[in-house]
This record gives sequence, C-alpha cells and structure tokens, in this order.
Amino acid sequence: MASTIPANNRSHAEESAIEVRGVSKHYGALHAVDGVDLTVKHGEIFGLIGHNGAGKSTLFKMMLGLTEPSAGEILINGTAVTGSDFRHTRRQLGYLPENVVLYDNLSGIETLKFFAKLKGAPIEQCAPMLEQVGLAHALNRPLREYSKGMRQRLGFAQALLGKPRVLFLDEPTNGLDPQAIRDFYITLHKLRDTGVTIIITSHILAELQERVDRLAIMSAGKIQALGSVAQLREQMQMPLVITLRLAANDIPLAQDALSQLSYVNCAVNGDGLTVNCPRSSKMEVISVVSRLGSKLIDLNIQEASLEDVFFGFSD
Amino acid sequence: MEINQIFTLAAKEFRDRIRNRWVLAVALVFTVFSLVITYLGGAQQGQIGLKSIELTITSLVSLVIYLIPLIALLLGFDAIVGERERGSLDLLLSFPITRTEFLLGKYLGLAGALTLSTVAGFSLVAALLYQQFKWAGLFHYLGFIISSVLLGLAFLSLAIFMSVIARERTRASGLAIALWFFFVLVFDLLLLGALVGTGGSYGGDIFAYLLLLNPTDVFRILNVFSMDDVRTLYGLSSIVPPALAKPWLMGSVMFAWIVVPLALARWRFTS
Repeated sequence: MASTIPANNRSHAEESAIEVRGVSKHYGALHAVDGVDLTVKHGEIFGLIGHNGAGKSTLFKMMLGLTEPSAGEILINGTAVTGSDFRHTRRQLGYLPENVVLYDNLSGIETLKFFAKLKGAPIEQCAPMLEQVGLAHALNRPLREYSKGMRQRLGFAQALLGKPRVLFLDEPTNGLDPQAIRDFYITLHKLRDTGVTIIITSHILAELQERVDRLAIMSAGKIQALGSVAQLREQMQMPLVITLRLAANDIPLAQDALSQLSYVNCAVNGDGLTVNCPRSSKMEVISVVSRLGSKLIDLNIQEASLEDVFFGFSD
Repeated sequence: MEINQIFTLAAKEFRDRIRNRWVLAVALVFTVFSLVITYLGGAQQGQIGLKSIELTITSLVSLVIYLIPLIALLLGFDAIVGERERGSLDLLLSFPITRTEFLLGKYLGLAGALTLSTVAGFSLVAALLYQQFKWAGLFHYLGFIISSVLLGLAFLSLAIFMSVIARERTRASGLAIALWFFFVLVFDLLLLGALVGTGGSYGGDIFAYLLLLNPTDVFRILNVFSMDDVRTLYGLSSIVPPALAKPWLMGSVMFAWIVVPLALARWRFTS
C-alpha cells in the first residue's frame, strides 16, 4: 500500500526527490486524484502505471506545479511546487509531455536553443545533446520534416537540457523503434547512476517491468499498490507458471506424480504440461518433476508479468 | 518578473511568423490594397491617382478598419488555446517562466510581427506621398501608420483574451470572428439606430462618448476628425464634440484598449 509520510517532516523531504503528501484534485464531483501519498528517493527510476483516466496525468501535472492540488502538498527537492521559490527548482527539472507538438517552422537546433534559453541552460549544450539522442543529421531540418520518432527524441533532448536533477517522462517511448527504446533506457540508467531521479509513465507495461526500481499502480485517483516488481508479485501472490516438455506417452506419468501436490493445477498442452502453482511451492514442484529424470525434455518457469500484477490490482 | 524570459518567448514567436511567411503575406496584402485604394480611391469623384494627403488617408482609414482588426484577431486567437491543444503549453509552463511572463512574451512577439507587417505594408504609399508632397505630406501619414499599428495591437489584445477564455481553438476562432462583426459592422449601426430612433433628443454628447467603446471608432476619430478638410465628408462628424478630437486623448483611449483586454487575459490566465 501507499507509504505514509509524517506531515511536515522536513529532513525526510530533503532526503527524497519527490514528496507527495495527502494530495487530492477534485473537479466538482470528480475525484481525479484522491488522497495520494508518495515518496520517490533521489536516484530512483520510478514508474507510474494506470489506465487512461486513472489520475496519473493529473498527478504528474500537480508534481510539476502546472495544476494546483485541491488538498495536500508536493515537494520537489524539498521545495513546495506551489511556492514562489519553485521557479528556481524548475531549472533542475526536465519534462517530456505525452504527444507534444512542437514548432513546425523551427529547426531541431533552433527549437533546442529556444528551450535552453528559457531554462537558463548553456546554448553550447544543444548540438551535443541532439547528437546524443541521434539527431545530429537533422540538426538544421525544420520539424515539419521530422518523423514521430525524431520528434520524440527531440522532446527527450529538451528534457535533458541543463542537467536536470529530476526527470518527468510521460509515455516517453511512444513512436520509438525497439533499438531506440533500448538506447533510451540505457541513457536513463546512466542518468540514474549519476543521481538523477526519474519518474516515468508507460502503457507498455512489459517495457517498464525490467527497467524501473519501484512503481505505483494508480486506479480511480488512488495509489492501489506501491513497491518493486518483486514486492508487488509477492503482495499479489501471483502463481508461477511452469511448463514441462515431455514425450506424449510420458505425460500421464508426470500428471500422476504431480497429483500428489494438492495445490497444483495441471493442463496438457501441445508437447507437455502447463503447471500453475503458488510461488511458495516452487521448489516442491521442481523436486517432484526432477524424479522424472531423462523423461523430462525441458522445463521453463515463468514469473507473473507486470501486466498480470497490474490487472490484478486495478480490477 | 524576468524580462529575459519574456524576450526569449517573444523572439521565438516573432521568428515563427517570419519563417512561415505570415509577415510577408500580410505586408503584401497591405501594399496591394493601399496602392489600389490610393490610386483608385477618388475614382467615384472622377479622378485617378494621388489627389491629396487627406483624401488618401481617408480612403486608407476605411481599408484599415476592415482589414487590421481581422488580421490581428486571426493572428492572436490561437496564441494560448493553440498551445494548450498541442500540449506545448504544459511543457512551456514547466520551464522557469511565470504565466504573466508567458502571456507578455506571446503578446510582444505577435505584436512585433503585426507591427512589422503593417509598417512594411504601408511604406510604399509613404514613398509615393513623399515623392509628391515631400515631408509635409508624411506627417499626417505617419500619424495614420502609428494609429493603424495601435488599432492592430488593440485587436491583438482582444484576440489574446479570447484565446485565454476559450476551451477549444474552434471556439476561440468563433469568438474572434464575432468580435470582428460586432466592432466593425454592428456597433456603429446600433449607435446610429439609437441616435435616429431617439430623434437625437436624448443623451446629447453621450453618443459621441459611446464611440470610445469601439476601438475602430477611436481609430477613425484619430485620423479623420483631426483633419478639418475631411470632417465634413463623414456623416458621424457632426456628433463628435471638439473635446474628443484631441489626438492625445484618443491615443490614451486606444492605449486603454490595448492594456485592458491584456490585463483581463492575465487575470483569467493566472487564476
């Protein structure tokens, strides 16, 4: 469940990059965000997951000081986002919104220079930054000639201007090809290693699963679950799926052996058995099937995916 | 307030309008219309070509009253609501720029583009007037250009206000067109109707002061009523008291038409 932070705990706030305390946003009767508490530590990659309308975009906007909360407070690097001091903190933030459309008539380098000036970042950073995101060849081309993936890379480049301490990335891999997605996460992990805090949303859950340190699952304006992927699996007590490959005439033998274990579910598939069992009994199942000796051709253990966890929580 | 942030955004807006050839297109429209009107404006009276400074300006005033409000409204209606729809408003506001700085930057950038295209568009006629009448002719014409720029800035200010209050681009464009109809076509008719309907027996000077509620009328008073020769050409001239025919007073009213809608836009945008 969501962690609760003692109110007005300043030292705690300074230790964490993002501190969300009892934050709500109400639009009339609609509770877009409803009493959210959340702490993101410095140098953490944090995922925010939820269906459309779950409240994650509203929470994102409140964290960036773009929308004022109806209740509660948010601190970024110890500064309240609604205060006048936050202007200074904004120089330490990077933000990539979802589906942003930039200025068609400006070139890539002109766009980046504009954002650099606005952020007070050195203009000399711009060209190397475009090179870093793989846009060196399109430096002087107007954005109307950019593909969706190129626009997304440019968006990422502007978020990285001025060496931000906290990065907010809303669906950042939209429109990127698999190689670019890989490169993107390599960059993120390098940034994380230099102490940058990264908060990221994605609807491609499998993509986040291996790449975030912790994540929160939002539904109906509330955080329904919070923790590392392993912790969430633990909380959900997701079953393991063990696939056994066997010769057709050995299948009954295996079924017979597994029938000793009452908590196991077996089903025959094309060339063997699919076994569902609780995580806690993984070793017992392996010990039973290992007695099949050379009759067992292959064995594959599958963890529950984040998708399963996600749908488990938000249903 | 950080002036640098305002300037950075204004420079980007201005460059955008130069780059998409908006400034060039509008300047060409003004050039073509102003030349045609300057040469053919007197055709009804059986004359073609430059007649006098006053008649040239009087003909151009009618052109400007139709064209500049329309162009300024079209330029400004998209300024805020467009950024909001494209998702770039949130991105820009996540930078160290306040909403007031953002609004001022937008306004100044667009105002620069509108001013440049207006001045460039009417400069060819200025050259012709100089050729024929030397400096004496240019004095009034300079006043005409300055007041045209101010009229444009007033409608740009109104357009920005519409852009702040509208939730969608289509609604903002509808509001902008409605404003144009109201100020350019409907307002004077209503006023004239009221004047005729009451037989001119009520209110006295109040009708003249009501003209100040329309920036296009302020513009007309600035240009036409300050020139004795042409006052009689306009039907409305009889109702304008001499107290209003002062350039500094009309200039101040026009200035208010620039500042007040912008202040309302700021109030709405920051609350």
